[in-house]
Amino acid sequence: MNEVPPPVKLLPWAPEHMGEAAEPPQAPRREPGVLAGLLLALRLAWRQLRADRARLATAIAGVMFACLLVFMQLGFRGALFDSATNLFRAMRADLFLMHPLTEASFRAEAIPRARAWQALADAEVDRAVPVYLAQVTLRNPETGSRRAVQLIGLDADAGAVDFPGLADVAAALRRPDTFAFDRLSRPEFGPVAAMFARNGPFPVQLGTREMELVGLVEVGPSFGADGNVVLSEQNFRRVFTRQAAQADLVALKLRPGADVAATQARLAALLPGDVLVLTHAEMVARERLYWETGTPIGFIFLFGSVMGLVVGMVIVYQILFADIAGHLSEYATLKAMGYSNGYLARVVLGAAVILAVVGFIPGFVLSTLLYGYVAGATFLPLEMYTERAVGVFLLIFGMCFAAGLLAMRKLRDANPADMF
Amino acid sequence: MEAPVELRGVNFAYGEGELRRQVLREVDLRIGPGEIVILTGPSGSGKTTLLTLIGALRAMQEGQARVLGESLLGASEAQRVRLRRRIGFIFQNHNLLGFLTARQNVAMSLELDGRRTEAQRLARAGEMLGAVGLSDHLEKQPAQLSGGQRQRVAIARALAGDPGLILADEPTAALDKQTGQEVVRLLRDLAKGRGVPILLVTHDPRILDLADRIVDMEDGRVVQAAKASA
Ligand SMILES: Nc1ncnc2c1ncn2[C@@H]1O[C@H](COP(=O)(O)OP(=O)(O)O)[C@@H](O)[C@H]1O
Ligand SMILES: [Mg+2]
Repeated sequence: MNEVPPPVKLLPWAPEHMGEAAEPPQAPRREPGVLAGLLLALRLAWRQLRADRARLATAIAGVMFACLLVFMQLGFRGALFDSATNLFRAMRADLFLMHPLTEASFRAEAIPRARAWQALADAEVDRAVPVYLAQVTLRNPETGSRRAVQLIGLDADAGAVDFPGLADVAAALRRPDTFAFDRLSRPEFGPVAAMFARNGPFPVQLGTREMELVGLVEVGPSFGADGNVVLSEQNFRRVFTRQAAQADLVALKLRPGADVAATQARLAALLPGDVLVLTHAEMVARERLYWETGTPIGFIFLFGSVMGLVVGMVIVYQILFADIAGHLSEYATLKAMGYSNGYLARVVLGAAVILAVVGFIPGFVLSTLLYGYVAGATFLPLEMYTERAVGVFLLIFGMCFAAGLLAMRKLRDANPADMF
Repeated sequence: MEAPVELRGVNFAYGEGELRRQVLREVDLRIGPGEIVILTGPSGSGKTTLLTLIGALRAMQEGQARVLGESLLGASEAQRVRLRRRIGFIFQNHNLLGFLTARQNVAMSLELDGRRTEAQRLARAGEMLGAVGLSDHLEKQPAQLSGGQRQRVAIARALAGDPGLILADEPTAALDKQTGQEVVRLLRDLAKGRGVPILLVTHDPRILDLADRIVDMEDGRVVQAAKASA
């Protein structure tokens, strides 16, 4: 038997002298609570990140960059799809008739104008107004340069279709060779709205014809057109020649109190298959769907967002990986001290989460500023919606978390048995 | 009372099949409460392997081993992780976390134990650093300390959690002779004062006299258990 050697003389720093023995007799060891353990892991991660300022700055810049890229891509995507449908969104009526092959407002398939009169057969349909769409050029009254503009021909008096501002100019549009200009058009058409506000009506060349600008409406530029012009059916034909029996849309006004859905169903049954009967919302959604799925635009922005996330993830992964690889012996020592693999994994994930939060905040602020700047420069409706901010944060969070999960595998190389 | 370390017939081999290499053969070892044992022997004789087995850093293969009352053979990873928390390790290199201060490094060994609050942990870490003579260096990072000071921080860290056993493998290898001797003497005195047993591997003949007992290993066997020349 080994004898316990009697304690030598009490040393000056023996616990009895240090006051340590005063600690109350300890209960058996227990693990810190789940939350306390998480906070300690998070704190360790933060301390490690904070120690290397240059590396931290790189990581934050990486996350911020990804954040910015995703925000801009989603912002442009949303703005373009919003603005792509500007024309249809501004054109309000109870129901619309449209050719089934019409995918977008700038490229409408013609339908027989007779469908308008047929629709009137339904008792609930009060008025039916054919709408004509075409593009011609408008000459900038200041510089003389010409630019394509969207023509919208319709009988404004009928009151079936409403554009913001249209009611005020409806009377003036009845006169020959007059038109109303979209005050939200891109500035390349010249200071048309300002000139009108200052001097009243003035002549502008539309297509090959000299027309008189007699009022302003609000539509907004869209993908297909930088500006819009509203004029009467007769004036439309003066500027743009086409078959008289063809229209591009028919706008229907129902009697007050009419059941829109029921009328829509009756009309769909009544009319031949060369027209669809759509509500306003359905017509807008249909055009949006075309831009989203029928063009590579949606994919391009998706691709841009994914690229941003991939680049951000690689940067975060590199930083986290380098942090582990550079401290393998320290991590192994922690394992020897009784830290579990799970705890150290939480430290790495904690670092990833910290980077997500710390990188998102400046990324969000910068994106908001940039939205304002770009919206001013492009007239695209770029706006920081809450849902978008939350969505991007979740994406960035996921990106960092995935990077953390990848980097975590390096922890296996920290083997405490190899420490001695 | 059960001895803190009790090994009987421990065998260990690295590798499999053709590459299998027996490193420990029928090792018996007992370390009594408060006993300070120095393990020596030629390089490659299996000292480090034995230490990693006792420290639950490696899974046992064969033999009986009880450390601090826990049986090691067949212990799960989680059981071994829990046992490690009751053992203080001192490595050849200090392995302190470079981004933490001396005090925070010592407190790391207390964070796995939910009994103390943060303030208590820091106070305890400060006391331990005082005990190793570093009360003026509490808030310094390892890079600002000398080699001997760092190893003393490592000692404070190993002792802070009231371990039942200290394992040290060539703790003086990275230090000059003089400093090495001071550091081991300090370790010995602190452990004695607390009644903590130590198993220490060393080649350094100048610290052999600090042991209660010297165990010699050769080719995986304990060849002689000599009483230290008192
Ligand atoms: N992880 C390992 N894998 C394979 N062989 C090892 C490993 N670690 C040590 N060995 C071998 O085991 C033998 C004993 O090593 P070790 O326990 O480190 O001895 P000591 O510490 O006495 O020098 C040596 O021959 C060494 O090469
Ligand atoms: Mg060795």
